[in-house]
Amino acid sequence: MFPTILFFIFASVLVCAALGVILARNPVYSALLLVLCFFNSAVIWILLDAEFLGIVLVLVYVGAVMVLFLFVVMMLDINLEELRKDFVGYWPLTVAVAGFVVFAIVNIIVVKHLGGATFKSAPAIAAGYSNTRDLGTELFTRYAYPAQVAAVILLVASVAAIVLTLRPRKNGKVQNIAQQVSVRAKDRVRIVKMTSEKKS
Amino acid sequence: MINLTSVLTLSGILFSIAVAGVFLNRKNIIVLLMCIELMLLAVNFNFVAFSRFRGDIGGQIFVFFILTVAAAEAAIGLAILVVLFRERRSIDVEDIDTLQG
Repeated sequence: MFPTILFFIFASVLVCAALGVILARNPVYSALLLVLCFFNSAVIWILLDAEFLGIVLVLVYVGAVMVLFLFVVMMLDINLEELRKDFVGYWPLTVAVAGFVVFAIVNIIVVKHLGGATFKSAPAIAAGYSNTRDLGTELFTRYAYPAQVAAVILLVASVAAIVLTLRPRKNGKVQNIAQQVSVRAKDRVRIVKMTSEKKS
Repeated sequence: MINLTSVLTLSGILFSIAVAGVFLNRKNIIVLLMCIELMLLAVNFNFVAFSRFRGDIGGQIFVFFILTVAAAEAAIGLAILVVLFRERRSIDVEDIDTLQG
């Protein structure tokens, strides 16, 4: 019973924070409310016995991605009034689309009993079960190859982000690889032959 | 124990809030990117809930990979945004009309 009460408390905070993200006037407030969303989601995931993913959500999202968002929001000098112009222009369409999505999803889940009838209660967890160990075992045995693909994706993303935003300095010192490779020893080294002198 | 139906409903509400955000904030690319993050979070909720109720760890592995791709997407998206702002001095979606789409 107690986890259920906790779930509803954190779920309501999560929904309010998500509404704040899309309605806030200032993108900084949006980013901070999104941080609140991620914290609440992490708590709910831990309530659902996904402890490792809850911690990863806080570390990766709050610690890295949202800090990146905040940096970009602060770095760009945005004219807020310009962006807020006709903010509420499409609100009937917005309410209609969002309402339809909620209606469709709730209809499938609650009325048609997707999952609810099949999975009445979660399987019990054995004493001494470690979510992290189970996840790691699975990740590095059955999903070892996808894990390496994910690593390559992260590498490509970080290289791409640097290449996109890199601005070379005007008189910076850069290597010309083609010139370096095509150089010959005789261009650089001059061998001078001379007679040795006697020690006096 | 938490009900599967309530978790799935929460995920649906979260996803539709994100869709509404895409409609409302169509001038501000930063908030659009945040709405995409919110959508991915809603999807991850489904994976975690079904993983728990089916007793299958594979769903959580999938959430792991979605988090990876989402982090990469956010990094590249924000890099493109910074370059765009440097060129145009604006992050308004309506100003990006070079291709006349």
